[in-house]
Amino acid sequence: MQARFSVDSGDFTKAGSASSAIKRMLKQLGVKPAVVKRVVVALFEAEVNVIAHSYGGFIQCDISPEKVNLLVQDTGPGIPDLDLAMTEGWSTATDAVREMGYGAGMGLPNMKKNADSLQISTAAGKHTEIRMSFSLKEGEDGVS
Amino acid sequence: MKINQIVEAVKGKVACCQENLDKEVRFGFASDLMSDVLTLRDDDILLITGLSNIQAIRTAELSDISVVLLVRNKTASKEMVDMAREAGIVLITTEYSMFRTSGILYEKGLPPIY
Ligand SMILES: Nc1ncnc2c1ncn2[C@@H]1O[C@H](COP(=O)(O)OP(=O)(O)OP(=O)(O)O)[C@@H](O)[C@H]1O
Ligand SMILES: [Mg+2]
Repeated sequence: MQARFSVDSGDFTKAGSASSAIKRMLKQLGVKPAVVKRVVVALFEAEVNVIAHSYGGFIQCDISPEKVNLLVQDTGPGIPDLDLAMTEGWSTATDAVREMGYGAGMGLPNMKKNADSLQISTAAGKHTEIRMSFSLKEGEDGVS
Repeated sequence: MKINQIVEAVKGKVACCQENLDKEVRFGFASDLMSDVLTLRDDDILLITGLSNIQAIRTAELSDISVVLLVRNKTASKEMVDMAREAGIVLITTEYSMFRTSGILYEKGLPPIY
């Protein structure tokens, strides 16, 4: 099962609508609430980042009986120093983003905590591509 | 702690989902920072916040928080109430400040997360 959502830059009124739709799908499929929460929190962090920091992009969600795969891709401007961006507390968020309740520099580390695997491909001037996967198999839904 | 006890303790007004008032929460967490709320792992949390926008409700919905208490007499917009109702989130408003609200509920035995 696959679903795709576009995510517009700067549009905070819609922030979380894609994550919310995917949450409903996962619940309907009977995925365990604890796993749903990890998927949805990690995805929401990525969705808000596309809105807050990028020129816009899309979310693609693939669900199989074994796992949930998420792809979050935008059209730039990319992250110049990923190690720095992964540091808790490091943020370039604007005041407008902070007023919405975000911008503490905790999103990327939180994705890492919630996802079973996280791969980020990015560079200054390039797009950012985030792949996360979550196991749905019994006993493999450990939290890292 | 039952939600209706919380409403009573802070002289709150319930903006939606009255039907869930006899549900219980196990922890309280006070923050205006949704980034921080998203790092919480526990369930059955009461979110106390001064952030009066739909992001507060969206964050609650996506992190399985079923009660949001809006402090300092902030009004809940129609968009907030609609989103909360759809997600089954009890939305409460109080005149009290974040400090006073937290103090009262802590004293009445609602445990903190950190
Ligand atoms: N999709 C993206 N495109 C460009 N830059 C990004 C993207 N995602 C993250 N960044 C950069 O990495 C920094 C850290 O991201 P992270 O999600 O950890 O924190 P934040 O978004 O600033 O705050 P929070 O997530 O706590 O609300 C951002 O401030 C931004 O500079
Ligand atoms: Mg972020």
